[in-house]
Amino acid sequence: MQVPAHVEYEKAASLEDALSLLARYGPGAKILAGGHSLIPMMKLRLVQPEVLIDINGLTDLCHITVTDAQLRIGALARHVHLLESPAVGRYFAILRDAEQVIADPIVRNWGTIGGSLCQADPSEDLSAAFAALKGTMVTSGIEGIRTVSAREFHTGPYETVVGPAEVLTEIRVPLAGISGSAYLKVARRVGDWPVGAAGAAVWLDGDTIVDAGIGLTAVGARHFAAAEAEDYLRGRPAVDDVLARAGEIAAENCRPVSDQRGPADYKRHLARELTTRVLRTAVRRARENAAADGYAA
Amino acid sequence: MRITVTVNGSEHHREVEPRLLLIHFLRDELRLTGSHWGCDTSNCGACVVWLDETPVKSCTVLAAMADGRQVVTVEGLARGGELDPVQRGFAQCHGLQCGFCTPGMMMTARWLLNRNPDPTPVEIREAISGQICRCTGYENIVRAVRWASEYEAQARSGGGLQGVLPNQHGDDDAEVIT
Amino acid sequence: MIAAGAYGPRPRKEDARLIRGLGTFVDDITRPGMLHGAILRSPLAHARIVSIDATAARAHPRVEAVITGQDLAERGLAWMPTLSADVQSVLATDKVRFQGQEVAFVVAQDRYAARDALELVVVEYEPLPPVIDARTALDSGAPVVRDDLTGKQDNRIFDWTAGDKGATDAVFSSADVVVGCDMVYPRSHPAPLETCGIVAETDPVSGKLTVWSTTQAPHAHRTLYAIVTGLAEHKIRVVSPDIGGGFGNKVPIYPGYLCAVVAAMITGRPVKWVEDRSENLMSTAFARDYHMHGEIAASADGKILAVRARVLADHGAFNATAQPSRFPAGFFHIFTGSYDLQAAFCEVTGVYTNKAPGGVAYSCSFRITEAVYLVERLVDVLARELGMDPADLRMRNLLRPEQFPYTCPTGWQYDSGDYPRALSLAMEIAGYDELRREQAQRRARGEYMGIGLSFFTEGVGAGPSGHMDILGLGMADGADLRIHPTGKAVLGISVQTQGQGHETTFAQIVAHELGLSPDDIEVVHGDTDRTPFGLGTYGSRSTPVSGAAAAVAARKVRERARIVAAAMLEVSADDLEWAEGKWRVRGDPEQARGIAEIAMAAHSSLELPAGVEGHLDASAVYNPPNLTFPFGAYICVTDVDSGTGEVRVRRFIAVDDCGVRINPMIVEGQLHRGLADGVGMALMQAIVFDEAGNCLGGSFMDYLLPTAVECPSFELGSTVTPSPHHPIGAKGVGESATVGSPAAVVNSVVDALAPLGVRHADMPLTPASVWRAIQGNPMRSDLTPS
Repeated sequence: MQVPAHVEYEKAASLEDALSLLARYGPGAKILAGGHSLIPMMKLRLVQPEVLIDINGLTDLCHITVTDAQLRIGALARHVHLLESPAVGRYFAILRDAEQVIADPIVRNWGTIGGSLCQADPSEDLSAAFAALKGTMVTSGIEGIRTVSAREFHTGPYETVVGPAEVLTEIRVPLAGISGSAYLKVARRVGDWPVGAAGAAVWLDGDTIVDAGIGLTAVGARHFAAAEAEDYLRGRPAVDDVLARAGEIAAENCRPVSDQRGPADYKRHLARELTTRVLRTAVRRARENAAADGYAA
Repeated sequence: MRITVTVNGSEHHREVEPRLLLIHFLRDELRLTGSHWGCDTSNCGACVVWLDETPVKSCTVLAAMADGRQVVTVEGLARGGELDPVQRGFAQCHGLQCGFCTPGMMMTARWLLNRNPDPTPVEIREAISGQICRCTGYENIVRAVRWASEYEAQARSGGGLQGVLPNQHGDDDAEVIT
Repeated sequence: MIAAGAYGPRPRKEDARLIRGLGTFVDDITRPGMLHGAILRSPLAHARIVSIDATAARAHPRVEAVITGQDLAERGLAWMPTLSADVQSVLATDKVRFQGQEVAFVVAQDRYAARDALELVVVEYEPLPPVIDARTALDSGAPVVRDDLTGKQDNRIFDWTAGDKGATDAVFSSADVVVGCDMVYPRSHPAPLETCGIVAETDPVSGKLTVWSTTQAPHAHRTLYAIVTGLAEHKIRVVSPDIGGGFGNKVPIYPGYLCAVVAAMITGRPVKWVEDRSENLMSTAFARDYHMHGEIAASADGKILAVRARVLADHGAFNATAQPSRFPAGFFHIFTGSYDLQAAFCEVTGVYTNKAPGGVAYSCSFRITEAVYLVERLVDVLARELGMDPADLRMRNLLRPEQFPYTCPTGWQYDSGDYPRALSLAMEIAGYDELRREQAQRRARGEYMGIGLSFFTEGVGAGPSGHMDILGLGMADGADLRIHPTGKAVLGISVQTQGQGHETTFAQIVAHELGLSPDDIEVVHGDTDRTPFGLGTYGSRSTPVSGAAAAVAARKVRERARIVAAAMLEVSADDLEWAEGKWRVRGDPEQARGIAEIAMAAHSSLELPAGVEGHLDASAVYNPPNLTFPFGAYICVTDVDSGTGEVRVRRFIAVDDCGVRINPMIVEGQLHRGLADGVGMALMQAIVFDEAGNCLGGSFMDYLLPTAVECPSFELGSTVTPSPHHPIGAKGVGESATVGSPAAVVNSVVDALAPLGVRHADMPLTPASVWRAIQGNPMRSDLTPS
């Protein structure tokens, strides 16, 4: 069996403790949360940190709450908690949709939201979902707290803005207006990474799209988003032709690459097809939410 | 580093390397070889054990992360010499062949039934979707979990436990498993 | 007392330990002082080894030894014979010929240190151009993979034909309709959940070598170890403990086993080596990799007349297929299928490429999977061409019951069958006509629903020693049956369960013959010191061959018991009849003796007729007169999303006829497994390579196996046509569903896409490959998509 290389281990007692451990050990240190992205990489010896700083004891990073018209997700919340959170189910169908197709139930029990985002795999699902929701990432360092838009969080494949002495602590998503959202993924098999996936959130005023967020993953979309398609949708009626055109625009702006999951032309097609489908579902849900006189994304 | 892990109710103290995987801690240090491993990539679920009452893939958890926590393995399923209904169901319904995935499957099944005592076949399939069985085509695993569910429903309702259970394979009671 | 016989569903004896987590698999075994081995593997598909420097690894404080090809060469062990008259490198000396090939073996005090030390072995490679695409392997100028073979100047392994070319061509040239199809049965891997492994130990006093290993064929392995290492065969004991699935993956001897044996000899300590998953997928026996062109000839009204096929077989870097040695393409020439044909001809060319060796593995019944897939796809292509319903076309052409025994145009003699009955039953369970109506309605709404059929015939239970052997070892199997004085019995068998439930089924066979309870019979298997010789479990041969041996041994016991009973009852043996599990006096049913009473008497001072030995023990060696020919009819219903290419298997109906079923519960379990293989093979399983020869299927992240979500709830039916030549009328069943089901799934998907003009699509039908087929731009399923 593949096993990790030698590593030191520290258990952080608090966020402050984690930050000071990071400062002490420098770039050779890695934050260990659920470990479901990091430990497989360590077993393959693609990543060989000198020291692991285990933050699983930081229970104040496990929250999922709605306060001040914001959904706040602690970075240490496990996938299963996001999937089963009533607040998330009520307001953010896109996150529930996405969590249902991330890995498998057992991995979701232990893998964390923050861990998935910090792994920054270019096929990761939540990166697209939070891009669609126009969320914000909160990081903490010795210097204090920083916030960065979900769309600016990733700086490249497997790279994020989180500095070597920083920890991602929270993801925030605003609740605003009458809206609906959805996420859809095509994978070769349940539990597999996506061949392509799309998420959408739409904010409606009557039948007019006030704003839209479109997230895409695994298809080479800049910042996991389809900004050009969002621009196109803004102010247009939420009708099928318009949504289909948005799908086309999203596809035109992707740069997918061929790999074992599928050739580039197929991935580009998926960007269009899935964008169109999630927009339709999001619009339908927005109307249902409006009818229910509530607001949700 | 020194860790203390409670496994199947017994506290174990060991000096381990921080990189030691939980599956190897259980198998090599504690000689609890019922939990297996079948891949290196968290895909197969042969290594599923409970960590603080939640099934996890123990090939992707460090033993260090289990320090101060509770672990339950297949060896802890039976209580007081009495097989868990899930174990009985797997034998009754031919829910195993080579038996390699079985411990992990049973740990997930037990967890599922604790949360959802009457799961549908679709819910059972979803629950075990992170675990690979190469022998059964999953058909009889689904039946085994349903068997355990119905067995426990009978037990809860105070009904007799014998002779009323669905047993697709005739009248042979599980003499081999008692 | 079981009077009516001991066959029937019953829970398995094996389960008592396995559900408690108390099984003993190879990696569960720990020996005092045991060391751990790990293999350094080639990162390149084709390269010359310039140098290997193990100095740093040897200096690691926890490393006990590092073995290289050079070390093995000094012992004459750098190469070993394969099961197909080729040789395979144990540890590379000159070149590496596939990614993942074994280069060095590190032995350390624990498994983590062994892994660490791999990183300290420095190998300098000079990369060479690889041969990856089988279709260009024979091009002039292609790099020669096997320049180690004297005089070898190309990559051709063999050319092999079966059938009558002239007669077949004549039928084709005069037929009304001829259709053909190119199809790839992609490389896949059996991927048992337990990887391969071994613990090797030598006794310092006796010199005896004991290996506990993941083997489906312990006796054959013992003989091979003797041949390769030069150790005396009686100084070798092979134990195959609980095995976590085999499916053909655990038939060959792998380099890692030999390395562990050598390491145990060098260090004088027990050595364990267990593959990781990537090693298993990248280096051990793969399956299939057949590039086929098939053609089928028929009359205008749908009478199938002949089939022919050209096959390019990718065998990887060493020809290490595990099959009867006279059949380089296995039993592929049973590709005439289940139909009454006038003629057939196939030609198969085997080639070397820079990929892992293997080819025959994974429940394929020695390449019958490929054969069934070919002919069943062709029948569907023909049905489309003729505008006929594929069920009608099959029913029209299936062999009729009165034609058995039937000799097919390539020479197989099918022992028995009632094919139309099986197909009718499958259609009835499926509600075939209603499904076709539903399909028409959905098509009108623009929805793509498919109904796919396949009908298969297998020949399993290799095999008659007169024309089947592996490395010169005939394919007969032994059984030893000891009856204790109190009537309890121990049966030693030469085959080995990897989950098939031999401990239960074989007890039932003996119990049935002797009127005992299966609980009173212990089945011993998987230990060469405790069991008779035989070739092991693969190719669905356990019941057809070893099961027959067990029944024959039991019948010998029964005949001896008759003589003893006659002495007990003071009657002539001729006056006794076997009824309700006892020998009883004809016309006087009260005068009867069961085996338990007879056994005690046979061990007592009872006077027996002259020449009768006493006791009841017996042994048998069964050399089958023919293969057994199980068959079945499968129907698969799929729904295809034409926008994304996603396929959902909605229903799968399988009617199997494997003759007499000893334990129907176990038989159904075997079928469920194979049906899941069909879903997996058709939709996701493939070992794919990129142009440089990098294996892209080297983990379960990319070699995808079906989960409970992709598998439907299988709907089974059965008919029983006993094998006329098998002692208990049974036929093998372990591979039936793997052989028969992929074609049904593919036929279903192609059927769904018929309105879009799709005529064929290669496995695996991933979303991408389905979508590409719809676009009329199909992609190679065996290479990186582009």
